[in-house]
Amino acid sequence: MEKTKTAKGRYWRAHLRCVGTLLLIWFLTSFGCGILLRDWLDGNFPSVGSAPFGFWMAQQGSIISFVLILLGYKFWMEQIESKLEQNKEETK
Amino acid sequence: MTQDTWNFIFIGLSFALYIGIAVRQRAGSTKEYYTAGGGVSPFANGMATAADWMSAATFISMAGLLATSGYDGSRLLMGWTGGFVLLTVLMVPFLRKFGKATVPDFIGDRYYSKTARLVAVVCAIFICLTYIMGQMRGVGVVFSTLFEIEISTGVWVGGAIVFFYAGLGGMKGITYTQVAQYCVMAFAYTIPAIFIAMTLTGNVIPQFGFIGDYSANGESLPFLDKLDNINTQLGFAKYTSGSLPRIDMFCITAALMCGTAGLPHVIVRFFTVKNVKAVRTSACWTLVFIAVIYLTAPTIGGFSRVNLIEKLQDTPREEAPEWFGHFEKTGYMSWQDKNGDGKIQHFGPEREKRGDLNELTFKPDIMVMANPYMGGLPKWVIALLMAGCIAAALSTAAGLLLVLSTAISHDLMKKVVKPDLSDKEEIRYARLASLGALLVAIYFGINPPATFIAKTVAFAFGLAASSFFPTLLMGIFSRRMNKEGAIAGMVAGIGFTLAYIIYFQFMGGTKDQYLFQISPEGIGFLGMLINFAVAFTVARFTPAPPQEVSELVDNVRFPGGKETAAQDH
Repeated sequence: MEKTKTAKGRYWRAHLRCVGTLLLIWFLTSFGCGILLRDWLDGNFPSVGSAPFGFWMAQQGSIISFVLILLGYKFWMEQIESKLEQNKEETK
Repeated sequence: MTQDTWNFIFIGLSFALYIGIAVRQRAGSTKEYYTAGGGVSPFANGMATAADWMSAATFISMAGLLATSGYDGSRLLMGWTGGFVLLTVLMVPFLRKFGKATVPDFIGDRYYSKTARLVAVVCAIFICLTYIMGQMRGVGVVFSTLFEIEISTGVWVGGAIVFFYAGLGGMKGITYTQVAQYCVMAFAYTIPAIFIAMTLTGNVIPQFGFIGDYSANGESLPFLDKLDNINTQLGFAKYTSGSLPRIDMFCITAALMCGTAGLPHVIVRFFTVKNVKAVRTSACWTLVFIAVIYLTAPTIGGFSRVNLIEKLQDTPREEAPEWFGHFEKTGYMSWQDKNGDGKIQHFGPEREKRGDLNELTFKPDIMVMANPYMGGLPKWVIALLMAGCIAAALSTAAGLLLVLSTAISHDLMKKVVKPDLSDKEEIRYARLASLGALLVAIYFGINPPATFIAKTVAFAFGLAASSFFPTLLMGIFSRRMNKEGAIAGMVAGIGFTLAYIIYFQFMGGTKDQYLFQISPEGIGFLGMLINFAVAFTVARFTPAPPQEVSELVDNVRFPGGKETAAQDH
């Protein structure tokens, strides 16, 4: 019982780490690049085509990164879950 | 062939398809009615969810808003797609694992209380009703342009159609209809954009044309510079800079994001796939499908802005294109010759200060519909667009109607009022409830609370952000949260948000009374913070939840164990 509990604890922590990291990226690409740092990025980052960087992030880049974040989430979680499965089999 | 013939062909065909599917996939049991039996493939569910989630507001109104507000419109782009990320990583896998069909179900069980369930039902009804109003308005906009009838008649026609197949097919019918609707929407949205991108920028891919060069009329300069030039010449803020205060922009985006993550009708969608793993795959697909449309929207906004000004500015009224008269007749565009020179002039606030009078007014909702006319596209493209608009409004309205009817028949009638309700009676109540809800929605579709669709819908998101999102989040991530805290939080959050919206929208509150410059659209974010604060404070001073709840939280958090397929009730 104790052992499965720590395996579960590890799983939950790994899960939180995964979600936390992805949400940090999520915040930086949308609120960060698109709104808060927008003016600075417009001035100091190379334009995308003819679009200023911050503007492009707000209208296109953030959406593209969201898709990548969800893709990352899917594979990361599958990895975490397969580790939990392995753990379970070892304790059997 | 005339435009009308094309319209009838495209819309007729698409309707025949939807109704055919709805009839074939008619729901037999409550399980099929609420969750399509729980065995839809992640790919198909991804498409259906995308259709469900992309409402008339997205389809019709968003590009128009982008066209008129430029950078400021990004709040909708980021808010709605970013919210989907929150939904996927923070909500859906857990709720799917929990396995019951509705959001009030989860709240009722997690917070071991009928009162919590009741509060959740009331919130669900409020949110869905606000949202569905926007959809009905959208249907009205389409039908009225299509047949040149009054918007109110258009709303009635749309309502009748929605009722017919949402009430009939239940979730099972809706799911497969929505797959078809997504396909129609995607083509209808991207094809006109491609055509116009080719004429304006010489680029086949609209997203590249948008950041590329403007090359029509023998000019050659970056497309975005062209937009900025147009806006500054006419006295508007630069297209790429926007005019909202940063804090308001932040709050509206945040409210839209958290609201998306708390929308009951989207959460319910993920109960239709097999297990948690399939949920994640399905969410990926959904966002890919959504991105196809969202990445195109800003390009349509920009292109239509350029087209509108190029075609109308300083054009004598008699020489104005034929479509202008068409939109004037339905009341979407209007022109008053204030300086008496017989030409159309459109000016923004800066030029008006200098005494140039603006003569052209138009509703942003019409931009997407007007776009192919302005670009002079072939008639079948316009017909396709019409079919797409209708698909967008119908799919979301149907999904919402279903959640509404479930909330009333399942969560209210069966779980609270009359527990011995039979399966058959429950479906009957559900259908009755959807009729009632639809009538209310039609009423507000005809008398909308805000000037255009995207705004009405933004209110729904604010309400969801201030009620469901925090409560669900705490239910999953905090073991200590108890019923007293959750209920107090929900009531405080949605109460505050609703009061703020009503005060500024109906009781004549003015801009300088805004709290921290936050507009009613963004107040849901503040409502959410209030919800969190109230919930944690109250929970601190009231007893901890019982042991079963801790087990429930464990079951929701970890894979394996009892992975229930969507349950029967």
